Parts: sequence; structure tokens; C-alpha cells
Amino acid sequence: MNNRKKIIGVSHLVKKFGNFTANDDLNFEVFKGEIFGFLGANGAGKTTAIKILCGLSSPTSGTVMVAGWDVGKFPDRVKERIGYMSQRFSLYNDLTVKENFRFYGGIYGLSASAIKERTAYFLKKLEMEQTRDVVLSKIPLGWKQKLAFSVAIMHDPQVVFLDEPTGGVDPITRRQFWELIYETAHQGTTVFVTTHYMDEAEYCERVSIMAEGRIVALGTPAQMKENYNARTMNEVFVKIAR
Amino acid sequence: MWAFIKKEFFHIFRDYRSMVILFGMPVVMVLLFGFAITNDINNARVGILDHSKDVVTREIIQKLLSSGYFKLEAYLESNEEIRRLFEQGRVKEVVVFEPDFARKMEERRGASVQVILDASEPNTANMLSSYTTGIINTYTLRHMKQQMKIPVSIQVESRMMYNPEAKSVYMFVPGVITILLMLVSAMMTSISITREKEQGTMEALLVSPLRPVQIILGKVVPYVLLSFINLIVILLLARYVFLMPVQGSLPLLLGESLLFIMMSLALGILISTVSKTQQQAMLLSMFALMLPTILLSGFIFPVENMPLILQWISHLMPSKWFIVIVKSIMLKGTGLAYFWKETLIILVMTLFFVGLSVKKFKIRLG
Repeated sequence: MNNRKKIIGVSHLVKKFGNFTANDDLNFEVFKGEIFGFLGANGAGKTTAIKILCGLSSPTSGTVMVAGWDVGKFPDRVKERIGYMSQRFSLYNDLTVKENFRFYGGIYGLSASAIKERTAYFLKKLEMEQTRDVVLSKIPLGWKQKLAFSVAIMHDPQVVFLDEPTGGVDPITRRQFWELIYETAHQGTTVFVTTHYMDEAEYCERVSIMAEGRIVALGTPAQMKENYNARTMNEVFVKIAR
Repeated sequence: MWAFIKKEFFHIFRDYRSMVILFGMPVVMVLLFGFAITNDINNARVGILDHSKDVVTREIIQKLLSSGYFKLEAYLESNEEIRRLFEQGRVKEVVVFEPDFARKMEERRGASVQVILDASEPNTANMLSSYTTGIINTYTLRHMKQQMKIPVSIQVESRMMYNPEAKSVYMFVPGVITILLMLVSAMMTSISITREKEQGTMEALLVSPLRPVQIILGKVVPYVLLSFINLIVILLLARYVFLMPVQGSLPLLLGESLLFIMMSLALGILISTVSKTQQQAMLLSMFALMLPTILLSGFIFPVENMPLILQWISHLMPSKWFIVIVKSIMLKGTGLAYFWKETLIILVMTLFFVGLSVKKFKIRLG
């Protein structure tokens, strides 16, 4: 594991809002091509941590390295090298599929030819070529979710952050979505994912579980189940959260 | 950046509703204010009760009816009919001449005319009354000069400067320009920014390498262009439909408008930072910007006639100052020297709102 290239390195990350400590001394590392599950109950401090990792917010103290750059000091460098997709759907409903690709490609500074090529590649992979010129609002949610993921990794980021990517999606689509995630990780892109579905946690290479601003457990799903004497990740989660 | 602006135009052109608001509004508003909601009085229906029926009264009646302000509804025969006519709403005014009108005038005993008005519409009644008085006075003066060769010492001749025919379109066009620039700039930007928040695309934009300044600019540039197009449409309508020329410098007018547009955009961004949904943004723009603009800016109701407190509040309205500027340029044809104070006020307000909205925008990120 340690031979792999480190993509995310967090050490002694603290984030305070006034008297409230949202992130209390976080330490973890994520490696190239890894699928890292970032779990925790609502209000445990997950969102704050992700915001900091993405360069939207700066840490009160500690260092956070993402894709080789210190997020606190060079958020713009980091932003160019990461992808992001949130649970709240992040494509434009009144634009066509092609226009969405073109817009996000443009934002990330891809050339017109690169945008064309990547769009064709993803649509072919998703078998959605016929939807190229369809306005997004007419496409089913599951498809949109897969499109949003493709758009997020269009510029070949070193790491992609998925914030509850499968919220509100049916089990079959979720399964397909995870196949996409596996494929992406296999090609060398690190996947950093938050989820409330514990069966999805089982798919991750390693997971961390946050509670009250701290990371209370970190390891492979197998290790965790052993440590907490549980059969499923769900049981682990319930034991920790309590 | 370019991709961003292009995308924004796609949003606007795809959205049927905003298209209607953007391009229908200026036309509808100018035409409405120009034709329908007008203070000008033409062809007010009038009743005449002539107890005298001599040469003089006939001449005066002739003058009244040929002025264009009045249209004869009926000749009355008795005082009783007056009340009935008003109650039926058939006339706005009744003119009564006393018996032996011409003879009394000749004998210099002084003849009197009674003018009765329907004051359920006070403004109209006031205007009709002054029109009538004016016409009768003019007639008597001339009559006295001719017939009795009495030199008349005082003669009032009024001249309406800047708007010789006292057309109310001249007053409305600057107001409509102000309202529309504010509407398009502030309301549309605040709605389009909050829409991105609602859809969750704002997050995606913030995580991207775009800087906040670029995001704001990308949002704002299309609306600056659209506001300008609107401004030109209104000016063309004013020029060719209402024959209202721009007396002063057009570049100056456009420059001042650009300043006002920037201020409105800053207000729009400010509104978007405090509202969570599109509806909220829309209501806020409506109540915080549109209503005060219409009511307090001196657009319809003169500021001088308001209670002192409202006058103070109206000084805080950027639109009040902008209307003064537009009127000066369009009607009086004066230059910057005459309204540098108003310009300065708007400039300071612009800087204040831009600063405030950028600060708010940043706080939301931190």
C-alpha cells in the first residue's frame, strides 16, 4: 500500500467556527487509484472536511495536501487537478447533454477538440450517444447522475470527490454507478466518496468513519468488521455512532 | 470565461418566461405609460348650460370646444339637469353662463361663469378647471382690448420649457428607463444566481478553477448587454412613437446608464447572497427595489410633495438621482456640469454596493 503515490495527505487538520470545532485533529492519507469511503452521521464534520479538501474553505490549522499542492496556500492549483460531483445534481437542466460537456470542459480549460473527443468517449461508454442533443431535464435521474460523474472526470483529475453521489437513485443504477467508479479508479483516478448507504461502504478499499469532528475508525472494511466484531459495515457504523 | 457567458445566454434564450420579461416589458411599459396611463386631457366631455345665449357666450363656447381639450356632450336647459348628468357620469365638467351675459359685460357690471367639476378624479378636475379658466381669460382680455380699447396692464403668458405641450410621456420615459434597467439588472441577475444555488451547480462552479470574480462577471456581463439593448429599444420607441427626442448627448446618457446598470447588478448580487430560493430573490427584488423605485423616486409622485420622512428615504433611492440625470439629458439637454452631484451620489452608491456584495459573496465561501 505505501509504495503507491500519495494523492491526499491530511495532518492535524483543525477547523473552528468560533467556539465550535467542526474538524478536530484529522489525520489520514489517500493513495493513487484508491476508492476511499468517507463516512459519518450528519453533522459529524464530513462536509466541512470535504470543503477544505476541495479548496472552498481554509483550515484553521494543520496541513492538507491534495494532488501535490497545499490546499490552504494554493487552492487554485488544487482546483485544476480535482473533480467534484455532489448529491445535489450539478449539471444544467436547460442545456443539452453536449452543451453541459462543452461548458464544464470550457471551465476547466480543455481545448475545443479535446472537449469533442471526451464527450464522444463518455457518451459511447455510457451508451447514450442518442441523447447528445437532448435537453437534460428530459433525461431520467439515473442517467443524469452517470453523466454528472462523467463530466466531473472529463478533465482527467487526479482525484474526484463524490458527495453522496447515489442519493435518490434506484439499486440497479447504483450498481451501474459503482461499476463506473471501479473503472475510474482502475484507470488511476483516486475516488473520494461519501455515502449513507453502508452496502456501498463495503465496496470501498478503505473507509474512515467520523463522529463529532474526529475520525474514530479508519481501515479496510474487513479490518473494521473484525475490530468491532460485526458482520456488516452497517453494524460497525451503528456501534460507532452509538 | 467565454464559455460561461455563452452558457448564460443559452439559459436566457431557452427560458421562455425570462425572454418575455426581457423583451416584452420595455415595449409594453413604454406603450402603456405613453398611451394609457396618461395625465394629458383630451376630449373631456363637457355639458353647457347657457342662460344667456348671446354672441359673447356663443363665442366663448366656440373657443372652449375648439381647444381640443373638451368635447360637447350636451346642451342643458335647466339647473336640475346638471346633477343628473354628473350622476350618470356623462360629463366631467359643466359650464354655466348667467342670463344677460353679453349685456352685463358691456355695461361693465361683470359677468360670471360657473364651472362645475367632477372632483372624484381630483387631478383631472384641477386640470380641466385651469384649462377652462385660461380659455375664458384669454377671450375676455382680447374682447376688452378690442371692444373697449382699455389697455390691459398685466397679461400672463406662460411657456412650458423643455416640454412645450406638457406631454406626460416626457415624464414617464425616464422613469420607465430607470425601472427597466433596475428590473433587468437586479432582478434577473439575482434570480439567475440563486437558480444556480438551487440546482447545486453553484457548488460545481465554486469547486472549479474559476475564481469568484470570474463567476460573478460571467453572470453579470450578459445582463449588462441585455439592459443596454432594452435601453436602446426604449429610446427608439420614445423617439419614433412618441416623438420625444434626446436633447442632450447620447454617449453621456449611455455612460450614465452603464453606471446605473452596474449599481443595479451589484444590488442583484447582494440580493442573491441573502436569498436561498429564486422566489425569495424575486420577492426581495420586487419589494426592496421595484416598489420603492416606482413610488419614491419621483417617477409618478413628485418627491417635493411627500412628507419629510419619505423625502429623506427617497434620497437613499439610487433611482431618484438617476431619474434626475435622465431627465436633464433627455429633456433639458444639459451636460455633466449640471448633474455631477447626482452622478457622484450614484457612483458612491455603486462602489458601496459592489464592495458589500463582494464581501458577502466571500463570507459565504469561508
